[in-house]
Amino acid sequence: MIETEQLTKKYGDLVAIQNLSFKVDEGRIWGMLGPNAAGKTTTMRILTGYLPATAGRASVAGFDVFEQAEAVKQSIGYLPETVPLYPEMTVESYLGFVAEIKKVPATRKKAAVDRAVQIAGLQSVRKRLIRNISRGYKQRTGIAQALIHNPRVIILDEPTIGLDPAQIKEIRDLIKSLKGEHTVMLSTHILAEVKEVCDGVVIINEGKLMASGSLEELARSFSQNDGVYLKLDRTDGEVLNLFRQLPGLKEAALEGAEIRLEWPWGQDLRTRVLKFCLEKNLEIKEMRSLAMNIEELYLRIVSGGMEQ
Amino acid sequence: MSAVWSITKKELVSYFTSPIAYIVIAIFILLSGFFFYSLVWWFNTQALQMSQNPYYFQQVNINQMVFAPLFHNLSIILLLMLPVVSMRLFSEEKKMGTEELLFTSPVSVIQIILGKYLASLVVLLAMLVLSAIPTIFTFIHGNPEPVPYLLGYLGLFLLGAAFLALGLFWSALTENQIVSAVLTFGTLLLFWVLSWAAYSARGLWRDVLNYLSFFEHFDGMTKGVLDTSDLVYYLSFAFFGLFLTHSVIQFRRWR
Repeated sequence: MIETEQLTKKYGDLVAIQNLSFKVDEGRIWGMLGPNAAGKTTTMRILTGYLPATAGRASVAGFDVFEQAEAVKQSIGYLPETVPLYPEMTVESYLGFVAEIKKVPATRKKAAVDRAVQIAGLQSVRKRLIRNISRGYKQRTGIAQALIHNPRVIILDEPTIGLDPAQIKEIRDLIKSLKGEHTVMLSTHILAEVKEVCDGVVIINEGKLMASGSLEELARSFSQNDGVYLKLDRTDGEVLNLFRQLPGLKEAALEGAEIRLEWPWGQDLRTRVLKFCLEKNLEIKEMRSLAMNIEELYLRIVSGGMEQ
Repeated sequence: MSAVWSITKKELVSYFTSPIAYIVIAIFILLSGFFFYSLVWWFNTQALQMSQNPYYFQQVNINQMVFAPLFHNLSIILLLMLPVVSMRLFSEEKKMGTEELLFTSPVSVIQIILGKYLASLVVLLAMLVLSAIPTIFTFIHGNPEPVPYLLGYLGLFLLGAAFLALGLFWSALTENQIVSAVLTFGTLLLFWVLSWAAYSARGLWRDVLNYLSFFEHFDGMTKGVLDTSDLVYYLSFAFFGLFLTHSVIQFRRWR
């Protein structure tokens, strides 16, 4: 649904992004992750047709961003980093205006505004001036604006920045509800957001692509095996030997106070491990996944400079 | 076309929900009313004196003595006030980040420019129409010639349209509204003084300076003469302003 190929953007001598190639499938929510000034906003601006790229290709919803700019703009809803609001308009008249410039037919305009208000939860403020509504509602109005013409692709640049925890949760739930019907790409530097909302990520740093793929794919590419760390009431060689009898297990090793169990990707031995512990009368204090979590992944990718 | 109209509507909402349009229109009406009143008063005393002498009485002409100077005064007020009307058109969008919404919509840059320009012309039209109301009474109590009167207002509109196109260009260059207004104002003054420079110049140089000056072209219209070259001057000036605005916006995005 979104695809880039060797995308490069230079501002004079400054290289903002370099040879970026990635792909986002239809109906998924994809995160764009990277430290500040990594090139996230630039990439999004190119995809939405706000900025031209210096080199490379990009396509959205099957249209070329450079050659079929109007068709691309028609199929994208975009929330820029600074929410583009006119404070002197009411929420309703603002959404009406956006519907007009996004070429929603006049007969369907009212329905489109109603729908966007409904989805973004703006019923209580729809008649109020934008200047007088809270930060959270402004952000929601920004998202409603991006949804107004029911676009196939929605691009959100830092949608939860500057909000309080309750508002962040609301916006995240809102974004999750868009999945399936829309393809969503959002940029963020909050890792928890990716874990909670996204199916996959594109990680960029200093304008270069560091990794991309679904969260599971990325985890796989960084460790050969799936597995768990186990903390039991007793940890000794005898226990370890017991585990080595467990069929399917590739490795069992002691690591500090924990036992590391590994098995090949694709088969999940967690239940078998649990049953085994019950049988052998071993009490489980803690069990956690061996696969790197997103924080570890991100830090390793960004600081280690591992390119895929 | 509907996209242009959507932008125009939105701009008009902005103009008329902020105090700018009201203040500009009110002050314009006030000043034009004052000039009109004092010119009519001066005309009355003159006419009274001239009526003593049958030869001079032939020369009494309300178009020449009231309307021509009124239009000249109004043209200077437009020069002072229209930069305030045009200053926010693009500057504000840039400052508020809303230009990102406009330029990522399936609306062309030309449509955006035209929509904004049209809205500023509506404000200009409101200024002129409202300020013209008192002058209608001269038709009830006297008999001015309608053609020079109407041509004078047409001239003011064309002049204002050229000012606004220039203002639009400057507002596309900066996100600061004050800077945009001052640059517009400065450029307009420059075009005004070109006609002074023309007095001391000679030959071709003089013709060129005279041709470029705003007010040389305006003079004929206040006298009831419609010269197509004047019309072409104002329309091409406005077109050139819009063209430059388009170039600036495209250049900023493509550099």
